[in-house]
Amino acid sequence: MSGDDRSAKVYALHLAVLAVLFALNFVLPAYYHGLMARIMVLAVFAMGYNVLFGYAGLLSLGHAMFFAAGMYGTGLTIVHFGFSVPLAFVSGIACGAVLAFVIGLLALRTSGVAFMIVTMMFAQVFALSLIYFAGWTGGDQGLVIPQPARILNLGAAFDLTDPTVRYMAALALFAAALFATLALVRSRHGRVLVAIRENEERTKMLGYDTFANKLAAVTASGTISAAAGAAFALLFGYVGANFAGVQYSILPLLWVLLGGAATTLGPLLGTLVMYVVTDTASSFTSAWLLIVGVVLILLVLFFPKGILGTLRARWLGWLP
Amino acid sequence: MAFGPHLLLAVLEGLVTAAVLSLTALGLSLVFGVMRIVNVAHGEFFMLGAVLAWAVANALGGHPALGFVAALVIAPLIVGAVAWLAERLVLSRLNYNPESTIVATIGLLYIIQQLALTFYGPEARPVAPPFNVRLSLPWFGYSAYKLSIIATAALLLIATWLVLTRTKIGLTMRATQYDSETAQAFGIPVGRVYAGVFALGAMLAALAAVLIVPISQAHYLMGQDPLLLSFIVVIIGGLGSLRGTVVAAVLIGVSDGVVSMFFSPTLAKMIATLAVALVLVFRPQGLFGTAAR
Repeated sequence: MSGDDRSAKVYALHLAVLAVLFALNFVLPAYYHGLMARIMVLAVFAMGYNVLFGYAGLLSLGHAMFFAAGMYGTGLTIVHFGFSVPLAFVSGIACGAVLAFVIGLLALRTSGVAFMIVTMMFAQVFALSLIYFAGWTGGDQGLVIPQPARILNLGAAFDLTDPTVRYMAALALFAAALFATLALVRSRHGRVLVAIRENEERTKMLGYDTFANKLAAVTASGTISAAAGAAFALLFGYVGANFAGVQYSILPLLWVLLGGAATTLGPLLGTLVMYVVTDTASSFTSAWLLIVGVVLILLVLFFPKGILGTLRARWLGWLP
Repeated sequence: MAFGPHLLLAVLEGLVTAAVLSLTALGLSLVFGVMRIVNVAHGEFFMLGAVLAWAVANALGGHPALGFVAALVIAPLIVGAVAWLAERLVLSRLNYNPESTIVATIGLLYIIQQLALTFYGPEARPVAPPFNVRLSLPWFGYSAYKLSIIATAALLLIATWLVLTRTKIGLTMRATQYDSETAQAFGIPVGRVYAGVFALGAMLAALAAVLIVPISQAHYLMGQDPLLLSFIVVIIGGLGSLRGTVVAAVLIGVSDGVVSMFFSPTLAKMIATLAVALVLVFRPQGLFGTAAR
C-alpha cells in the first residue's frame, strides 16, 4: 500500500468518526446527548494523556493537575476577574501549559517508577493547595460559574448552557484535539517520541535531544489536558477540587489503556466504552469503582494493547 | 498551656504517628526492595486491617482487651492471605513489569475500597482500646495506650529486623533482593519468596492499622494518607533500607505532628509532599540511602 493511499484512509476514517459524532447530535435522546458532550470533552483529556503515555511511553499518575489547572485557570478568572469566555478559555490553557512545562522540567529528571511517584506527588500538592486556598477556590465545595458568564460573544451570542451549542462546542474541541494529535504523531517529533519509548538510550545515541523531546511531550500533553479542563468548566459550569484528585489522574490512564495506547482514536473509544459500561452497571449496582478496578486488572493481565491496539496488531496495520 | 508543654504534646503525638508510619512504610519498603515494584494498594491493606479489627472486636464482644488482642492476630493474617492471593493471581502473571504492576495495584486499590464500602459501609467506627489509663504529666494528661503504641511498634520493628538479619527466611529474602536470578539458580523458590514478601508487607500495614484504630477510627477511605506518607518516608529514607525508613518515619511523624499542631494539617501535608517530590527529583537515592544498583 502506498503512503498516499494510507494517508487518505487515515483521514477518511477520522472524518467519518467526526461525521458520526455530528450526526449523533440530532438523534440522541436528551440524557445521552448531554453524556456524549461530556464524553467528548473527557476524551480530549484522555487524548492529552495518550500523547505522553501512549507515544512517549511516560506513565504519569498526576494528570489531574493539568486538567484542573485548565479548569481553575478558566473558572477563577471568570469568577474573580470577570473574564469573557474566550479570554478565560485561553487563560485556562495557558495555566496548564505553564504548569506542564515546569512540572516537566522537574519530573523528567527522574524516570520509570520515580517519574510516576513524582507526578502523583505534585498532583497531590496541587489538589491540597486548592483546598488550602479555599477562600479563592471554594475548597471542597468548588465554584459554580453562573449562566450569564457562560455566553460566548462572537458577533452572535452562543449560550454554552444550551444543549446543542454545548454539544457542538465539545465536538469542535474534540475535532481540534484529534487533528492536533494526528498531526503531532505523524510529525518528526512524534516519531522521535516513539523512538524514545522503544529505546531511549539508542535514540540519544543517534543524536536526538531526548530531554527536550520529552519536555515538549509533557507540555503538549498537559496543554491538551488543560484545554479539556477549561472546556469542562465552561460547558458544565462547575469547577471542583475533586477533579484534581487521584481518581482523575487514574481515569485517563484507564480510558487510554482500554481504547488502545498510542492510537489516535483509542482515547475516545476507551472513554465511550467505560461510560457505557458504568452507565449500564449503575442500573443494578452502585459499585462503579469495583468495575474500574476489575477492568484495570483484566486489561493489564489479558488485553494490554487495548481495543484499537489489538485491532491494529491483528488486522489494521495502517491505524495511526 | 505554655509553649514548652504544647511542643511536648506535639512531639508525643508525632511519635505516635511515626510509630505507626514506620511499620506501614517498612511494609512498602520491603516490597519495593525485594520485588522492585510499587504497591499502590498498600494503603488499602492498612484500611482493610483497621476494618477487620473492628469486625473482629465487634464479633467477639466481651472485654475490649480480648477483642483487641484477637484483632491484632486475626486481622493481619486475613490481610496477608488477601495479599498473597493477589500476588499469585495477578502480579506474578505480569512478570513484575513496573508499569503493569502499578496499574494492577491501582485496580486492586479500587476493588478493596469498593468492597469495604459495600460490606462495611461509609461510617467511621471506633474500636475500644484494650486499656484506658491516663498518665498525669505535670501539664496535661496523656493516654497510656498511645505510649504503648510506640513501644509495640518498636518491638515489631526489632522483630522484623531480627527476622531479616538473623534467620534463614531473612537470608532467602536478602538473596532474592540482591540477585533473583542467581537465587533461583541456587534453588530458592523466588516466586514463593515474592508472594511471602508481598504478604508480609501487607501484614505490617495491617498491624499498624490495628494499633492505630483505637485512637483514630476505621473508615473505608482511611488508606489514602498512610499511602502517601509511606511513599514520603520510603523515598526520604532510601528505597529498601530499614534503618533509613525508621529514621525518616520519625522525622516525618514528628515534624508532621509539630506543623499540624501549630499550623494547618493541610499545609503540613503540602509542604511534606512537595519537599519529598523535590528530594526524589534532585536526590533520587533518598537522603540516607545509597544509589540504587
